This record gives sequence, C-alpha cells and structure tokens, in this order.
Amino acid sequence: MLSSEAIDAISKAFSVFFMGKNFIRLVMGLLVTIQIAAISVLLSLFFGTLFGMLMTVKNRYIKALCKIYLEFMRIMPQLVLLFMAYYGLTRTFGISLSGEAASVLVFTMWGTAEMGDLVRGALQSVPAHQYDSGMAIGLNDKQIFRYIILPQTLRRLVPLSMNLVTRMIKTTSLVVFVGVIEVVKIGQQIIEGNRLTVPTCSIAVYAVIFFMYFFVCWIFSLMASIIEKRQKEA
Amino acid sequence: MDFEFIKQVIPLYAEAAGLTLRIAMIGILLSFAVGLFCALIRYYKVPVLSPVTGLYIELSRNTPLLIQLFFLYFALPNLGIKLSSFQCCIIGLTFLGGSYMEETFRSALETVSKVQIESGQCIGLSGLQVMRYVVLPQAVSVSVPGFCANVMFLIKETSVFSIVAVADLMYVAKDLIGLYYKTDEALWLLAISYFILLLPVSAISGYAERRLRYAQFGSN
Repeated sequence: MLSSEAIDAISKAFSVFFMGKNFIRLVMGLLVTIQIAAISVLLSLFFGTLFGMLMTVKNRYIKALCKIYLEFMRIMPQLVLLFMAYYGLTRTFGISLSGEAASVLVFTMWGTAEMGDLVRGALQSVPAHQYDSGMAIGLNDKQIFRYIILPQTLRRLVPLSMNLVTRMIKTTSLVVFVGVIEVVKIGQQIIEGNRLTVPTCSIAVYAVIFFMYFFVCWIFSLMASIIEKRQKEA
Repeated sequence: MDFEFIKQVIPLYAEAAGLTLRIAMIGILLSFAVGLFCALIRYYKVPVLSPVTGLYIELSRNTPLLIQLFFLYFALPNLGIKLSSFQCCIIGLTFLGGSYMEETFRSALETVSKVQIESGQCIGLSGLQVMRYVVLPQAVSVSVPGFCANVMFLIKETSVFSIVAVADLMYVAKDLIGLYYKTDEALWLLAISYFILLLPVSAISGYAERRLRYAQFGSN
C-alpha cells in the first residue's frame, strides 16, 4: 500500500487546485477541448451520412474513390494528419491554419470517413430480402428506403455513432501537439507555474485531467450501452 | 522535393519504424493476453473479479492514451515509481489495448447462441469441452475482423509516443522539421512509413471481414 509519505505528497499535490484560479482554468481548457470535439462531431455526422450513402452507390469509380479516401483516413494516424494539416498545408500551399482550425479540419475529415463506413455498414447490413419484400408489396425505391431501410439503419447506427463520438473526444487530446491551449496545455502551465511551491502537483493535475476525460467520454459510452441494451430487449 | 535529403534520412525512418513496430508488437501481444483473460472473466461472470475488470475497461476505454502516458511518465515519479519511457509506452499500450481486445473477444464469445452451448451439454460435454469444441471455434472466426481492427488501432496509437521521448516515426519527423525545415519531405516520408506499416494489416482485416460476411450471409 501507499506509505504515509506518499499520501502526504498526494494531498499536498491536490492543494494546487485551491490556489488562485487554477481549477477554473483547467475547466476552461476542457471546454476548449469539448468545443473542438463538438464542432467536429456535428460536421462529421452530417458529412459522414452523405459519405456513407455515396459509398453504397453502384458506380465503380465513385466506389473506388470512396474506398481510397476511407483507407487513407483509416490508415493514417490522426496525429500524422494533424501535422499534415498544420505544418504541411502551410509549407506547401501557404495556407496557414490556426491550431484549432487544423484540428477541426482533420477531425472532420477523419470522422466523416469513419461515420461514412458505419452508415455504409448499417445500410448494407439490412438483408436483401427486406428490399425484395418491400418490392413485392409494391413500394417504390424511395418508399423502401424511407419506410424499411432507414428505420432499421438508424437503430443500428445510434449506439455505433455514440461510440465514434467518444473516440473523437479522446482523439481531441492530440490537439496539444499543434499548439492549441486546451486542458493538457493548461495543466502543464499549472505544473510549471507551481514548480517551486508544489513540486509534486503533476500527479494531481494529470489525475484530474484523466478523470475529466473519463467522465466526458463515459457519459456517451453509458448512453450507447443503455440504448444498445434497450434495442436488444425490443 | 529534395531527393538527396530523402535518401539520407530514410535509414532514420527505417530505424524508427522498427522501434514503433517493436513496441506495437509487444503491446499487442500483452493486450491480447490481458484481453483474453478479462474476456473470460467477464464471460463466466467470475465474482469479485468481474466488476473489477468492468471498472478497468470503463477507465481504459474512456480516456485517451496521451493522458494515460502523461500520467505514467510525469505523474507517477512523484510517488517514487520511476518508469523508463519504453516501459511507459508498453504499459500504456497494454492498458489501452487490453480493454479493446476484451470487448472484441467477449462480444465474439457472446455471439455463440445459448442453444449451441445447451446442445453441447446435452450430449454430455463438460464445461471445458463445450468451450473447446463448441464456443471457441465459432467465436474465434467472429473475432478476427475486430482483432485486426484493434491491431491497426494500436499501431496507430503508437504515434503519440513521441511525447515521452521515444524516438518513433513521429519523433523523427518532428526532429527533421525542426532541424532542417524540410517539412514536406519529412511529412511525406512519415505518411509513407505508416502506409507501409499499416496497409498489410488493413488488407488482411478487409479480407477477414469479407470472408466472415460470406460465411454469415452467403453473399458479398
């Protein structure tokens, strides 16, 4: 177990949050993170749905193009994409994006690909006999999509896209690499600022950041699993 | 593009890719073990251990690897636990990967329907035999695409390791940008290196997924 010394060090470390505005600042940093995540998530949900529908189009060239885009986004680590958007774009095209803009751009492009694949999977997981039955009772293509395919797809999609949202929020932690002042950066500032007065405060700061991320993501995971369970029962 | 420069730095990238791959391999193997262990605990609902595993999985799935690494590398030394950056990476990757593997394995185990297990018991198989001859063969094939996706995810996640001073691909690229201002070359090489590492995994994963779909639905 922890020695009394260690416990002492920890309780002293946590005192850093009661000094000045440290805790408020950290929460503000978290809001920046959430803001970037929220914008990217909303954009990716929209574009991802379109992209997913595009992927089910039966044109060979469109299919190939979508596949290449998806594979590229899947294979590249998000950090590499972030570097390409932040440093590469500036260098090659002279487009200088702020860290926030670069992050939103990258997360949206990545999220669109991932969401698109989920939408495609959900659309295709509807068995072929559903289409056939729809046709047999005399519905046209639009009606089949509206009354048969869409409801089934949405049901499958909700928990999956919730999980994607948690993944995107977690990925947002990378924006510290491109100089966005968010929760990690502010945490580092607090640690540096109190280096002399509270030398052990890094443990408190990183623990709090850890749990901040945990609670934000956990809410979504919990909702996803509740919805999933309810669907299974139904 | 400065091809002379590219030729010079390729060995650096190769070395870094080797390191990335090595950490990823160790991490994946350990996560496989942790994931399998946790999945079995959760599948059989072992008392006491099962809720503890559940807590671990929630914690690990809902926090970014970057923050876990920060905690391991910068916070723990205050408690007298000093880990090298290599150890931090392995522990971090295993902590993260274990829960992802667990989810894959458990959901694969749960896809085997109750009827199958009960039929096995009916013809007089013991618990172990049911596992060995009925559940596992079906579960393994279901878990392959998920497993491949996890492998790819974990290799991708190694890109944040540069933050704890491990000289991986990202670190080399950042270094070259800082030293020579060869941003284009460094970034292209970085992207290509990750392609070389991950394209085979992605191809295998796609193949496995198609095979599984074929087995389940009888068509592509």
